[in-house]
This record gives sequence, C-alpha cells and structure tokens, in this order.
Amino acid sequence: MIVGGGKRGVVSTCCYVARTYGVRSAMPMYKALKLCPDAVVLTPRMDLYVKEGRRIREMMQRLTPLVEPVSIDEAYLDLSGTEALHGAPPAISLMKLQKAIESELRLTISVGLASNKFLAKTASEADKPRGFFALSIDDAPAYLGPRSVRVIGGVGAQFEKKLNADGIRIVRDIQKIDVKTLVKRYGETGLWLHNCAFGRHARQVDPYSERKSVSSETTFNEDIADRRLLEDFLWRLSERTADRAKHSGVEGRVVTLKLKTHDFKSLTRRVSLNEPTQLAQVIFRVAKPMLAREALGERYRLLGIGLSELVDAKADGIDLADPTALKRAKAERASDKARGKFGGHAVMTGRGVRIKIASEKKNHEA
Amino acid sequence: MKLTIDRNALMRALSHVQAVVERRNTIPILSNILMVAEGERLSLTATDLDIEATDAAEASVKRAGSVTAPAQTLFDVVRKLPEGSEISLDLSENRLSISSGRSRFVLPTLPASDFQTMAKEAAPTKFEIEAAELRRLIDKTRFAISTEETRYYLNGIYLHHAKGGKGNVLRAVATDGHRLALAETEAPKGSATLKGVIVPRKAVAEARRLLDDAPETVTVEASDSKIVFRIGEAVLTSKLIDGSFPDYQRVIPKENGRILTVDNKQFKDAVDRVATVSAERSRSVKLSLSAGKLTLAVSHSETGQGTEELEADYDSEPMEIGFNAKYLLDVASQIESEEARIEFNDAASPARVLDAKDAGAQYVLMPLRV
Repeated sequence: MIVGGGKRGVVSTCCYVARTYGVRSAMPMYKALKLCPDAVVLTPRMDLYVKEGRRIREMMQRLTPLVEPVSIDEAYLDLSGTEALHGAPPAISLMKLQKAIESELRLTISVGLASNKFLAKTASEADKPRGFFALSIDDAPAYLGPRSVRVIGGVGAQFEKKLNADGIRIVRDIQKIDVKTLVKRYGETGLWLHNCAFGRHARQVDPYSERKSVSSETTFNEDIADRRLLEDFLWRLSERTADRAKHSGVEGRVVTLKLKTHDFKSLTRRVSLNEPTQLAQVIFRVAKPMLAREALGERYRLLGIGLSELVDAKADGIDLADPTALKRAKAERASDKARGKFGGHAVMTGRGVRIKIASEKKNHEA
Repeated sequence: MKLTIDRNALMRALSHVQAVVERRNTIPILSNILMVAEGERLSLTATDLDIEATDAAEASVKRAGSVTAPAQTLFDVVRKLPEGSEISLDLSENRLSISSGRSRFVLPTLPASDFQTMAKEAAPTKFEIEAAELRRLIDKTRFAISTEETRYYLNGIYLHHAKGGKGNVLRAVATDGHRLALAETEAPKGSATLKGVIVPRKAVAEARRLLDDAPETVTVEASDSKIVFRIGEAVLTSKLIDGSFPDYQRVIPKENGRILTVDNKQFKDAVDRVATVSAERSRSVKLSLSAGKLTLAVSHSETGQGTEELEADYDSEPMEIGFNAKYLLDVASQIESEEARIEFNDAASPARVLDAKDAGAQYVLMPLRV
C-alpha cells in the first residue's frame, strides 16, 4: 500500500511490504509504481491524520507535559521524574501507552527509550514496526559504531559526502578521531559529531520548540509553463500556507518561493517583509513578482510557497500606504471563519474558484 | 572638437550630471557623457534612459563639435587635476585627449550620434519656486520613500497641488507604509495644474544635489510622463513613476487626543541611546507616557535592556506604545522646533508628529505591535 497523491505526486508514506520493494517516502509516484506495480495507492486524508495525531498527542500528554512533537506522527517525551507519579518506571508507562494507542485507535507505534533525544530516535528506528527498544548510554558507542554516519540526525547527504571524502563512513570512524582534530576540521560541528558518536546529546525535550517555517507545495500532473496558471496555483498555495500559519498562531517575515523545473532543478527565491504576515493576500502579493521573474517559458513540475522567521501572530496592522489593507485583512479573516464553519469551499476568491474548476476537470492537482 | 576650460568650471558641471550614469551598464554608450562644444560653451549630458541631466560651463571653443566619453574616468581625471588649472580637450581620430600642465590623458570615445537623448515634450504645468522651498519639500519627505519593489508607486515623492488649511499649497508626500512624511508650501503661481506626479527616488536625489548649487529660484515643468527641473544652467529631466499614489489623507489622524510635548533634542538622543540594545531587525522602542513623564524602554531577551526617562508635557491617560527607533529618529531629525509634538490615539493607531516651527510639515508613524 502506498499513500500519496495523483499519478505525478510523490509518495507520502507506504507500508512495510512496499518498502521491501524499495519504495520510499518523497519518491515520485511513477517511480514507486515501477518498483512495486501491484501496490494499492491511496490518496492522503490529511484531516483524518491530523485528528488522530492530536488524539495520540493527548494520550502522550497524559504521561508528561514535556511532549515535543517532531511531526504529525512522531514526538519526544521526557519522562524524567514521572516514576512516582505513574507508579511505574518509564518503560512500563510507555508500554501501557503503546497498548492503549493500539486498542483505542487501532494504530501501531514504535518506541525508542534512551537517556537523550538522539539515542531515543535511534532506538525508535531499531525495531520498527510495532517496536520497543531501549538503548543505554553505556551501550551506545558500541551500538552506533558500525552504523553509517547518517544515523546522526543532522548529517545530511551533503555532509555525508564531505565526511566520506575525509575517510569517515561509519560512526566508529568518528569515535577513533581525537576530538581536537575534529574541532579543527569541522569547527563547532566537530565537537557535536564527537559527542553524538558516543551517544551524548545535550538537547532538551522542548515542548515549545518553535516551528521554523510553514509552507505548502504541489507537484503538477503535467509540467506548467503558463504564468497565469502558475499564479492560480500560487494563490491556492498562499492560502494553504496562510491557513497553516493561522492555525499555528504564527506569522512570518520571510516569504520563500520554491520552484522545480521539468528536469528537477530546484530554485528558491525569497523576500523579507518589513512586517511579518500570516495573510494569504500578502504572501501572494510579494510572491507574484518573484514568480513572474522565473515564469518566462520554463516548464515547472513543482511550486511551493513558505513563510519563515516566524514570530507569534499579532493583530493586523494599518498600512499607511494602503488605507484599505485593514479592510481586506478583515475580509480574509471573515472568509476564514466562514470556511471554518461551512467547509473549505464556502468562500473563495475568483482565482481560487478558477483553479478549483480546472483541477476538478482534469484532476490536475497532486 | 577642441577647447580649453577652467578645471573648476568643468568639475562643477561634471559633478552635476555624472551621478545619473549607472555604475554598471551593459550598453557602453550609457556609461558615457555627451559633450557638445558650441559658441562659448561646453555642455554635458548624462542619461540612464529614465533620467537625463544636462549642465553647461563657459569654455573657449576653438573647434566646435560633439562626442561622448566614459563618465566615470572623465570625472575622476578632472577631479584629480589641480584646482584652478586650465584643461584642454581635443578630439582627434575618435580619441579625446585631456591635457593640463604636464598631465595628458587619452580616452576612448563613442560618436555623439549614438547617444540617447530624451524626447522633448510640451509641459502643461510650469512654475517657478524658491530653491530653498523645494529643498525643504524634498528634505522633509525623502526619508520616508519606500524601497519596496513590489509597490513601485511608493518609490518616490508624490508632488501635487492641494487645498491646504490656509489656501492652496504645493505638497510633497512620501510613505513606505510604516511612516508618512508630508511637507507643503504656498502654491507657486502656475502650479495649480499639477494634478499629482510621483518623482522617482533617484531623480529626487539628483535634483537635491543640484539644489545645493542653485540660484534663488528654480523652474519646474511637468507633463503626464515627465518632470523637468531647471536649476541654474542645469536641466534635470526624469520620467515619472506610472502608478497611483495611495489616498494618504485617509491615514493621517487628525483628531488624536493624547498630546505629548517633549524636548526634541533630548528625545532624539534618548531614543538613540536606548536603541543601542535593541535587536537589529525590529529596533523596537517602547514609549510609556504618564503625567509629566515619558519613559523610553528597550527590552530584548538576547540583546539586553535599556531605559531612559524624560520630562514631558503630557496630561492624558497613561499609555504604552511601541515604535521602530529608526523611524522615530528619522522624524526627530526633521523637527526644527525645540519641542516635538506627538499626538496619540491608542497603542494600535498611527501617531502624528508636528513641528511648531514648520506648520507645513507633518509626519505619521505606525506603532509596532508590542
């Protein structure tokens, strides 16, 4: 089973059987279906996942207030000092949670138990699916040793390449290098590599860990070169990004436009605003000229728009150069309310309607 | 073309026009200055296709003619020649030789016929204005010009004829959405037809440069698409920004009831001091107003805290309001009176700043949401 969008979309996730065929998340759907032609493809039902995700989070929060969500289906829990409260050590509390989620929501989860976030994450991957794995700090160096440097969260493809070039492939290679040499070579990152290699990791579980950005993107069924059509999609994405920002109560100072060309070249363009925003109309207004500069005939397969440098949202301000801005902001808030009450298509702008009709006709959108 | 000219006269004319030339140009001719020697004058013209500046200087022309030469090099060479020296310019075989005393330079040229000059057009509006007044209109508003590309119609000063409180005025307005500056002067004769033009930032800067060297009065001509400033012998022609300036009248608060009067110098210095610890980006300063007192405070979790207390004339309800320190400083710098008068409504509404010494100027500041 593969969950993902349209024939040109990407794999959101897939079952473990599909994974044995080599299917991975974020893989283009056509590629996944080539690898695993018998797979059943389901369209994602984001609303449902969000709802269930929230229920799981609530169950976690009954164990400890220190829950740091990483994504919709992943979170760190700090269970230090909860033994007396729950009358059981963390391992027992977690097993109970695992069982409760299975019986109440009919969902399996994997638990990794360790003394810090990095090891817990590593442990949670060890015994998937429906796993339970505890990793002590004393066993960590030996456990991590033979694994690829990629096991260290934060070592991405680029950094791995660099490390490989320096003769470092597995964690043991790092363990063998003197910390001073690492610092000399990689600066502060060297110190961090050294600590991670021995399973030491200082970052606290932070339930208020700030989101760095909100964004949304779409992969088209067919590449698009037409600027006006791209703009219609841009509006839809601006609305979605704005919805997410509004939902999280944040606004952003930087608007980033992301494009991927038909031959998979990525490009991003960003602009800083004087005042942070969470309004779709503002995001669209500043993104449109950036898009216009790139939409000169090139065919694009993906379009995305994001907000970053987030701050807590405040009331809409007056714009001295745009006496009607406050009115329009109010209109957007009102239409948000209506959409919240009567559903996503209750109130739409003309542009939004155009893209909706187009996508219904061709089932265009991924 | 062959002539001799006083170095200072040439320098003066060159400095009036050369800044129009863009530093980086893909078209070589746009890096050049047009030189025309005729009668007893050498006239110089520079363009970036949007703005054209011309000035002339007295010269003793031995052979009339015209040519273009690289603006930057020409300017630098003349600048470095000793003051008071005499310069000879001689064009032969497409090369311009510049000699003075024992110095001799040869510059490449391009033909004058390749130079792009702006089409002259009839100007329905034409008026004379005192140079000092035009300088004042520019100085008091230009700091508020927006640099935001997406709202290109804010990238200049909006100049127009309007009905002021005490009769007709010529008014200049600039805003970037966060602050607005307005300055007006008694309408000069002939300016009534000026419906409203947006003079781009660069043209404002060039006109302002020329006004430093201006005679007492200057002439302004405007059409729908161009504005011309005649300042002494210099002529600056600029395309106008094609857009509509927002209806600024609606955002100027005229009935703000909470009035603060404070020594402007003290206020400016205090804002500057507390802003030292403000975060680079927001530069937010909190103003706390209470009876007879104004407290300025900056507090930032990473960069630290700072407070200043000032005596002030204030007798309304206490209130707190935040502003961008730079915006406060920009406005305070324009106030000529010893005291600044700031009119507030509430923490979310724009404040108006007035200058007792200049009734024709006012400033509007949007508070930061703190």
